[in-house]
Amino acid sequence: MTGPPDDCLVRNEWICGDYLSTRREILGDAVVQHLELTGASVALALLLALPLAIAARRWRWAAGPVLGITTLLYTIPALAMFSLLLPVYGLSAALVVAGLVLYSLTLLVRNLLAGLRAVPQETRQAARGLGYGPIRLLLAVELPLALPAAMAGLRIATVSAVSLVTIGAIVGHGGLGNLIYSGMNTYFKAQVLTASVLCVVIAVAADLLLLGAQRLLTPWTRGRAA
Amino acid sequence: MSVLADAWSWLTTAANWSGENGVRHRLGEHLFLTVVCLALSCLIALPVALVLGHLGKGGALAVNLANAGRAVPTFAVLVLLLLSPLGPYGQWPTIIALVLFAVPPLLTNAYVGMRGVDADVVRAARGMGMTGRQTLTLVELPLALPMILTGVRIAAVQLVATATVAALAGGGGLGRIITAGFNLASTPQVVAGAFLVAVLALLVEAVFEGALRVGPARARARRSGG
Repeated sequence: MTGPPDDCLVRNEWICGDYLSTRREILGDAVVQHLELTGASVALALLLALPLAIAARRWRWAAGPVLGITTLLYTIPALAMFSLLLPVYGLSAALVVAGLVLYSLTLLVRNLLAGLRAVPQETRQAARGLGYGPIRLLLAVELPLALPAAMAGLRIATVSAVSLVTIGAIVGHGGLGNLIYSGMNTYFKAQVLTASVLCVVIAVAADLLLLGAQRLLTPWTRGRAA
Repeated sequence: MSVLADAWSWLTTAANWSGENGVRHRLGEHLFLTVVCLALSCLIALPVALVLGHLGKGGALAVNLANAGRAVPTFAVLVLLLLSPLGPYGQWPTIIALVLFAVPPLLTNAYVGMRGVDADVVRAARGMGMTGRQTLTLVELPLALPMILTGVRIAAVQLVATATVAALAGGGGLGRIITAGFNLASTPQVVAGAFLVAVLALLVEAVFEGALRVGPARARARRSGG
């Protein structure tokens, strides 16, 4: 057992077991906030991206503006994006979510559109020949076939969102980013390292989870591409 | 909206452009960081990618590096470097973090470009008696140029964005105007700084786009599928 004057917290070491055991609650709260912010923004972005991609697929004239505007948004650095939204949302979690939604939109729309466009014309015609209406064609044929490309976009968007949430620390809603930010100001090495590692762990876990979901949802792609 | 009007008057006030915290100085820092780090990362990434691509080795490394770069938060790396023994050395933590984030897109794009060169063309070059070095510089490099330049463009935009985040960790650059605005609780200054950063990022993107358009035709990305 280590006494208070000589434990790794006092010596400010990078790796510190005592930090994990004494700050369990703070870490847990930060992880939960991190997951909430990521989940909310990716889910909202998906809800927005789906109609945009379908519209861009259906009407040729819509594709240019949709892709142009989302790419423009993607170019804006995350810190600037959060700051530009400040007058609208104030210092709130909604600000971080809104910024991340705009950021994820590009990746999702682009991949969804690529997936929808890659559906072979013959497949579409065969479905129409079987008597599929436009909505059933979209739901039962086009969207399932676009799923692998869409999931690839979703994985990239999710991993990026996990990493970008940390920048939300500037407005006090950054999940683990808050711990990194305060750890920087107080020169608290164990806190910075632990929070950083947790960020990467969350990103990798989310990526693997989505990969697993994709395998389950698209059994027909297994075996063909190893 | 009054905030936008206030932000505009902040931008048009001459006093905000001069001095150490003025826009002109911060813009200079930002451009200096971006250019130095772009040059450094090109020097590191391109030779490695060209040789690996020429030899056809290390593909998994080149592709996974880009994914890993996305999962690791920029902000976390910056703070970790700042608290490391390198911390006191002025700009170096920022420069190292920036280079770390510019290398993956450069490496991945250059490698993919090199591998994308038609194998028949490479064989024809060998059949004409070209040495490995000649094949690399006279055949593969020119054909891979569009992909390599795409990588450079992505890296440059990424550097502008990351240099902004550096301000969160006390570095220089335009991000400092944003962080200073947050500290002063001055929303107009935050918005004005974010506006400047967004414009700079879009400008860098536009400059590369324009340079590729007026550059030699072979540097332009052709329609893939051939």
